[in-house]
Amino acid sequence: MKNLPRILFFLAAASLLMLFVFPMWQITLIAPQYPHGVTMYIWINKITGSEPGTLQNINILNHYVGMKFIEPDSFAELKYFPIIVIVMSAIGMVLAWMGNKKWWIAWLLAGVILCTLGLYDFYLWEYDYGHNLSPTAPIKVPGMAYQPPLIGNKILLNFLAKSWPYVGGWFVGLTFVLGFLAVLFQKKTHLKNEEVLAGGRDGLSGKRLLSDSPTH
Amino acid sequence: MKNLPSPFHFLLAAGLTFAFVAFSGCGQTGQQGSAGGGALSSDVASKVYVAPGKYDEFYAFVSGGFSGQLAVYGLPSGRLFRVIPVFAVDPEKGYGYNEETKPLLNTTHGFVPWDDAHHPELSQTNGETDGRWIFINGNNTPRVARIDLSVFETVETIELPNSGGNHSSPFTTENTDYVVAGTRFSVPIPQTDMRISEYAGKFKGALSFIKVDKETGKMSVAFQVLMPGFDYDLAHAGKNKSNGWMFFTSYNTEEKNSLLEVNASQNDKDFIAAVNWKKAEEYLAQGKAKDFPANYVHNYYDESTQMATSETIKSVKVLDPADCPGMVYFLPTPKSPHGVDVDPTGEYIVGNGKLSTDLTAHSFTKMLKAIDEKKFDGDKYGIPVLQYEAVVGGVVKEPGLGPLHTEFDNNGNAYTSFFISSEVVKWKVGTWEVLDRIPTYYSIGHLMIPGGDSKKPQGKYLVAMNKITKDRYLPTGPELCQSAQLFDISGDKMQLLLDFPTIGEPHYAQGISADRITPHVKQFYKLSENQHPYRTLTEKDAKVVREGNVVHVYMTTIRSHFAPDNIEGIRVGDKVYFHITNLEQDFDVPHGFAVLGANNAELLIMPGQTETLSWEPKQEGVFPFYCTDFCSALHQEMQGYVRVSAANSATALKWWLGTEPEVQ
Repeated sequence: MKNLPRILFFLAAASLLMLFVFPMWQITLIAPQYPHGVTMYIWINKITGSEPGTLQNINILNHYVGMKFIEPDSFAELKYFPIIVIVMSAIGMVLAWMGNKKWWIAWLLAGVILCTLGLYDFYLWEYDYGHNLSPTAPIKVPGMAYQPPLIGNKILLNFLAKSWPYVGGWFVGLTFVLGFLAVLFQKKTHLKNEEVLAGGRDGLSGKRLLSDSPTH
Repeated sequence: MKNLPSPFHFLLAAGLTFAFVAFSGCGQTGQQGSAGGGALSSDVASKVYVAPGKYDEFYAFVSGGFSGQLAVYGLPSGRLFRVIPVFAVDPEKGYGYNEETKPLLNTTHGFVPWDDAHHPELSQTNGETDGRWIFINGNNTPRVARIDLSVFETVETIELPNSGGNHSSPFTTENTDYVVAGTRFSVPIPQTDMRISEYAGKFKGALSFIKVDKETGKMSVAFQVLMPGFDYDLAHAGKNKSNGWMFFTSYNTEEKNSLLEVNASQNDKDFIAAVNWKKAEEYLAQGKAKDFPANYVHNYYDESTQMATSETIKSVKVLDPADCPGMVYFLPTPKSPHGVDVDPTGEYIVGNGKLSTDLTAHSFTKMLKAIDEKKFDGDKYGIPVLQYEAVVGGVVKEPGLGPLHTEFDNNGNAYTSFFISSEVVKWKVGTWEVLDRIPTYYSIGHLMIPGGDSKKPQGKYLVAMNKITKDRYLPTGPELCQSAQLFDISGDKMQLLLDFPTIGEPHYAQGISADRITPHVKQFYKLSENQHPYRTLTEKDAKVVREGNVVHVYMTTIRSHFAPDNIEGIRVGDKVYFHITNLEQDFDVPHGFAVLGANNAELLIMPGQTETLSWEPKQEGVFPFYCTDFCSALHQEMQGYVRVSAANSATALKWWLGTEPEVQ
């Protein structure tokens, strides 16, 4: 399996495209009157609900405490995030073909930075929705904000809000796992002759990971 | 005690006297109710206990009789879920009051807001109940209604021409090809002003075959069979081998028009009319039917426009048995048979001779043979009368007094209700032996087993529908509730499980396992599919439009406001139509609409639906309107005002939500 690392890296890049097939995040609100919960799905390019009317229903519930209406059209992120994902995925595929480990690592680091920025953006969005409340809201609870958790569960008045990555998000995780493995095997494969002979067993060291891959 | 011939009174009185003597001898236990009540074990309680939040296993659809409604219960709990208005107006739901459903109650006699609804019948596929629709008859102003079981609403009604009272109806064939509608009262056909005493020979009975569209359920009168002037009481379709035949009981074969309790009880045998509807279809195709002038109304609710419309039909195809040999035969059946019930195999046709001491089952195989061999006892108006001995398949000897109806289980047993002896008797089809009997409290009419009149009974439970309750419940004045009783029939012995009160007077009922209905129950109407001509799909589109003295208010509802909620410029003498669209798209979020001084009713608008209430203000002033269905935490705030000015005033038409506009 000489090509295994390349295949793995290619799959890592392709895995990002699953963001267009599955939502990346889900936020579920559960209350006694909503035993099955009201679930909102955040995709890379849209926001949907478990039912066609879900977004409207969440907006109706939110308006009692003065939260803004969630209007998917108003999010610039939903327009440029897909472009970033496609570009990243395409670059990743080209890099997989090239087989340059240095660039692979750089690509993975760029991915980590982009994900962190994305999550930070998500946090800001949640903060804004949870804190920027209408002064004429029918229900005002002093000191209460309605920011859902970035990740995890939180009780907001009568609702339990659950915020967790969904299938698309899992594939992003898979991208990093596969990318990491690709880098790992790439090293091993190419160091096999020299390192084994040298008695080096520490093929996983950071130094080696970051070092140039030897040529054939 | 309703509609009971007087010989019954005597027997009943005798029966009740006996019951009284028997029970007064039981000693005083402090138990207020009578027999059966104290004998129940905790085991029985657990059989009807459906824990909070759990579902019943079966739906039961029980007719409301003179309430004109259909009640939906759960079995085995006996809990009432919903009352569906069918032939009766219902101000709670706006049914028959809002502009959308008013046409459903149109007839050639005008708007008839009431009827006597007796027999619900589920649609069938391959002889099994399929949970798509349920039909029910209106006995008074002859009609059949169709209820859509995805929404549990009446969606269609059709009037029957040439009919006097639609009682033997709406029994279905095994693929819902037809539901039938036989007239209980024969009348002049076509109707005319004539002497009543010319009844015999001049009055006729029409048996209508209503075609049901396979996809939409839409009904149309395909043809009528013109029968002698008897009273056609009940019906049931053949099954399996007897599919293609429909059986109708008759009484008053004496053709009398007065004092029927005596005069119509003279013949030793009346008839079950066996109608070969497949043959009738052939005659129809051959052009044997005559086009009779007629006058009847067909009302249909379009789910897309959410409006019912009426059309009047002026002609009907009529087949005369005298011109159509082989289409109708008479099976002589003792003493004014009431119910006619066909066993699941389709072989036996049970005639419940209500004044007979025996129960007669005709054999379908023997009937065909007798027809083949022409074993006739003459004819009636050209219809061959088969020899009794040649068609009878078996007799249950002296099972009880006053047999009315029979249903079947899935193990070859039959269960017959006995009105006079107030009991259910279980007997074996084929051996005709009585296996078990159990009393009912009191005076049972119909009985029902889920699927018990289909090819595949679902068994397990039997529901008795009683005419009299006397001491069974807390008294509520002279008018007492009527009731149903639930029996477990899964064992050899029937066991009484539960009494539960019913609405109106229960006649027939239908039962079906819940899993045949729940998968296609609609949760709300999709706004995107709303094609109501006066819909308002967003708050931005809300408006008020004046057309002379008619004002159309295009209004929306959402938790928790109306848009608009302030309206000015209405004048005394205007006819205001509030067209209200519920913008909600969630399960169980209806909104109500009520306006002060409305002479009709409220509206109860389901999510995604548009309904219209007309309002004719008679006084100047400012009148509130509000939501009647507790919809949300701010339901009490869901209100608004209409300003009504003098008839000749110049108040500008204006409407708003939140901020009053300068000009509109």
